[in-house]
Amino acid sequence: MPEVLKAPLVVEFPFTRSLGPVQSAFLTGLRERVVLGVRTADGRTLVPPVEYDPVTAEDIRDLVEVAPTGTVTTWAWNHAPRRGQPLTTPFAWVLVRLDGADTALLHALDAPGPDAVHTGMRVRIRWAAERTGAITDIACFEPYDGDRAQPAGHTGEFEDPVTGIVAAARLDYTYSPGRAQTAYINALSGRRTVGERCPSCRKVYVPPRGACPTCGVATSEQVEVGPRGTVTTFCIVNIKAKNLDIEVPYVYAHIALDGADLALHGRIGGIPYDEVRMGLRVEPVWTEGSRYPDHYRPTGEPDADYDTYKELL
Amino acid sequence: MSKEPVAVVGIGQTKHVAARRDVSIAGLVREAARRALDDAELTWADIDAVVIGKAPDFFEGVMMPELYLADALGAVGKPMLRVHTAGSVGGSTALVAANLVAARVHGTVLTLAFEKQSESNAMWGLSLPIPFQQPLLAGAGGFFAPHIRAYMRRSGAPETVGALVAYKDRRNALKNPYAHLHEHDITLDKVMASPMLWDPIRYSETCPSSDGACAMVLTDRAGAARAPRPPAWMLGGAMRSEPTLFAGKDFVSPQAGQDCAADVYRQAGITDPRREIDGAEIYVPFSWYEPMWLENLGFAGEGEGWKLTEAGVTELDGDLPVNMSGGVLSTNPIGASGMIRFAEAALQVRGQAGEHQVDGARRVLGHAYGGGSQFFSMWLVGAEPPDS
Ligand SMILES: [Zn+2]
Repeated sequence: MPEVLKAPLVVEFPFTRSLGPVQSAFLTGLRERVVLGVRTADGRTLVPPVEYDPVTAEDIRDLVEVAPTGTVTTWAWNHAPRRGQPLTTPFAWVLVRLDGADTALLHALDAPGPDAVHTGMRVRIRWAAERTGAITDIACFEPYDGDRAQPAGHTGEFEDPVTGIVAAARLDYTYSPGRAQTAYINALSGRRTVGERCPSCRKVYVPPRGACPTCGVATSEQVEVGPRGTVTTFCIVNIKAKNLDIEVPYVYAHIALDGADLALHGRIGGIPYDEVRMGLRVEPVWTEGSRYPDHYRPTGEPDADYDTYKELL
Repeated sequence: MSKEPVAVVGIGQTKHVAARRDVSIAGLVREAARRALDDAELTWADIDAVVIGKAPDFFEGVMMPELYLADALGAVGKPMLRVHTAGSVGGSTALVAANLVAARVHGTVLTLAFEKQSESNAMWGLSLPIPFQQPLLAGAGGFFAPHIRAYMRRSGAPETVGALVAYKDRRNALKNPYAHLHEHDITLDKVMASPMLWDPIRYSETCPSSDGACAMVLTDRAGAARAPRPPAWMLGGAMRSEPTLFAGKDFVSPQAGQDCAADVYRQAGITDPRREIDGAEIYVPFSWYEPMWLENLGFAGEGEGWKLTEAGVTELDGDLPVNMSGGVLSTNPIGASGMIRFAEAALQVRGQAGEHQVDGARRVLGHAYGGGSQFFSMWLVGAEPPDS
């Protein structure tokens, strides 16, 4: 069996976050080197703050400043920092209960090695040189043997508060299309379209998925379809899609290749867009170096009768 | 033992808008939940469980947001469930909550669905660049437009029907203070003159992208007896699914949709939906889906749905009003859109729909679908409990 294809798939997006009043105050505070928590109905101070009381479910808006010094409540050593983590050299992930807070904040501790870290050790915030109103305004924590710092009692009111942040996310996958699609893709390189027939319902799937979605059985019998086919339905695209270098208007069509039991999608060319119709007979046009047909063009045959493709709509 | 009757005693929505930059996701869901509790005159302590739904996590990029939303929804120390069924999720979420009451697992359940589309881009989330695959060639409407053309071919519907739906729904939205789009100067000519984006879909025949949340309080007979306002009673509810693509799939009238509606009608004892149902909130993301779904749901015979639209039957003052609230065409926080349909159906039979109230609505259908016509969820609610 030929080797199954694999390729990296990177999914990344700059998500935006509206902060709401409490997170806005918290992050703006970090920008100003002030750490704010919230006071709950039962008198506890939560850092990082939350908008709603975890016990009573009531709104909490009573902001209270805590100290930039605190105590490690637990930790784990990170031997190999990865992209985007707070420090590039090995460090400890720590939960720090800041002086004046009743809960702990997760962050990084810069320490020479795991032997230098212990639960109960005293630490303080190392502020980032450039601060924008983000959790990374705390560059990390560092060991500290001085006195407990006294918070100044900030009210949580700021000029020019941060109201939103960008939370860039990135996920790295290794993607494999699996056995059936690998065979389909390999056949495309010889400009042939090869689907698979379900042993139970006899339907031919293009592209094949390796199993019939209605019968739930594996498929393996390969069937070459096309190259000609019938336009079953279509739309005329009048707006330019991002990252797509196609002049509008163009026709995006569902095409049932001869011998296939469901339609695939492609662009129709070689005919004015407003002359494309359901039932038009088409064939693929390949270009050098591309995996899929660039588009499909009319074959010149008479249109297919509606009854021959209406089940494929 | 028979099922416990399920009543809707509280409904809350946010004012749906393009971007709620003043609140976090927690603040957004909180607002809808708070309004539902206020409507029911209940407190957080009266809620036994929370069932939450939203569309795929990629739409905001918060993985499993329900974990962080437990505080905002008063769910600490209570069961909290998340439901995932793409665009139909608002409906399925309500049904999961309803089933917890019907099965007497819980007495009173808060159910909520939301989307904060402004935090990301749903189209991006739905079209990740998968290696080896041909990139999507047509954009958001390109998926739907060919199916609409297939419907037009099959039914012989005149080209104007889509515009009629959009014109109706946008006018209905003007009577709904929570609707996103309030186009005060809308005219049929303006809809017809809007750009043809994915022929046959015009710009004005597409749904907006919204931030919003919708919540309901569902309860048992005892809870309904204590309710300050008339409850809506669930008379039937069902979900069905089928693959997005398979040989023989009918995108114009999917089998799963037909089966789902038939199940709801059987539970509710409905034999002639067109006569026995007083209105419907149907998930119509592109205008032509109104006539398509009218057929799929059994309100019209095959190829006849557009005739109801064209004759004005689905207008607010018609005899089968559809999307009295303005529908998905006027408001689309994707994950919440299905629950808004369910909640608006309940508002109608409670007589609480305000300016878009249908006089004397006794039985109204709420419908949701999603995932490329993969998932369907529906309920029928009535002004009277199911036994009487
Ligand atoms: Zn099969």
